[in-house]
Amino acid sequence: MKTAIIKYNAGNIRSVLFALERLGVSGTVTDDPEEIRSADKVIFPGVGEASTAMQYLRQKGLDKLIVSLQQPVLGICLGLQLLCRHSEENDTTCLGVFDVEVKRFQSPVPNLLKIPQIGWNNIAGLHSTLFEHVPENSYMYFVHSYYAALSPDTVAITNYVINYSAALQKDNFYAVQFHPEKSADAGARLLESFLKL
Amino acid sequence: MLTKRIIPCLDIKDGRTVKGVNFENIRDAGDPIELGALYAQQGADELVFLDITATNERRKTLAELVTNIARHVNIPFTVGGGIAAVEDVSVLLQSGADKISVNTSAFKRPELVDELAREFGSQCIVLAIDTRFEDGDWYVYLNGGRVKTDVKAYDWAREAVSRGAGEILLTSMNNDGTKQGFALDITGLLSQNLNVPVIASGGAGTMEHFVDVFETAQADAALAASIFHYKEIEIPALKQYLYKKGVNIRF
Repeated sequence: MKTAIIKYNAGNIRSVLFALERLGVSGTVTDDPEEIRSADKVIFPGVGEASTAMQYLRQKGLDKLIVSLQQPVLGICLGLQLLCRHSEENDTTCLGVFDVEVKRFQSPVPNLLKIPQIGWNNIAGLHSTLFEHVPENSYMYFVHSYYAALSPDTVAITNYVINYSAALQKDNFYAVQFHPEKSADAGARLLESFLKL
Repeated sequence: MLTKRIIPCLDIKDGRTVKGVNFENIRDAGDPIELGALYAQQGADELVFLDITATNERRKTLAELVTNIARHVNIPFTVGGGIAAVEDVSVLLQSGADKISVNTSAFKRPELVDELAREFGSQCIVLAIDTRFEDGDWYVYLNGGRVKTDVKAYDWAREAVSRGAGEILLTSMNNDGTKQGFALDITGLLSQNLNVPVIASGGAGTMEHFVDVFETAQADAALAASIFHYKEIEIPALKQYLYKKGVNIRF
């Protein structure tokens, strides 16, 4: 099985690679379209800023490639946000796989809500094969200032003052806002389920 | 709901854990990777590795160590100690660290915080402050607590946050090592007035102290070293206790 991790100007790629390694899978970090297209699984990771990331993907022609992929694709964190329609972060048009708007967390009163959300939060309303071995209300590790709103594609919900999409799924596209590669055993089980799709 | 975090801190020198540790179920108690992985397995929410190596070789050794930690530890970790430049941070993050912490270097040149936040994002920039209460207020200390400044901890924390620090790691020198509890007043002042998470450090001695720092001071996370290393408090028992006390915890 070939697992491609899309290489672009975003962080945390190494952590994803190591998480796969712990599951006995060696991933390939690549921005080569042919290599990505021919992989059995594609992981689209990312920590960073939306407009810079989108600009880079467009320059490399990866934007069109990603949306045309037929094999299972897993977006992580910024990867999830970029798979949505639009992000408030620097008013960025994203890839549009999920017809969802990405918004910034707003504190209802000053300092009540710390932004970014950093830490472990529970995920609920799980309904995707991704969560086959992840129990309801498992804790996952989140680091983000922007969130994907709820939508018909939502397959996991988290609350940080408001309910938002912790995970989205549509056809072969899967995406999680949290970092499974940093979410201890629960995260590892999710990655394992993705690799078995 | 977002949970409160328990963070063991490991001091590293020349790639080894410094503080005495005594665990039966790990092969080498001085190995930071094994110890870190054990804490992760026990339910630690994050780890902090503080490098206190002073040699010229430290950068290379540390990067290699960070890579090995990232390879074996499946929870987030912060690396700190002697970080003074954007290049240092770049190497550590590329090696697999999730966050880095800066202390003295950021105080001496606050623009460093802006530069790091711009380059890597606030979410991975932890500002560490060592503070001591004297003459009626909490003041910032530098160089591992050896050098006093006349700047108040709250003022420096506020400035650092406005420059892009994503979290504050606050160590009370008055409380550190006493096992008499965390400094609830200054922790609370920062936590309730800054819109970034505050990690309380220094003074943990009992499980009740963690309840106090989370409930009274509203800290987002609590860090401790020796009580975990010497197994005076074990993480699974601590989390069970906090859970029973109604603290929102990953359990």
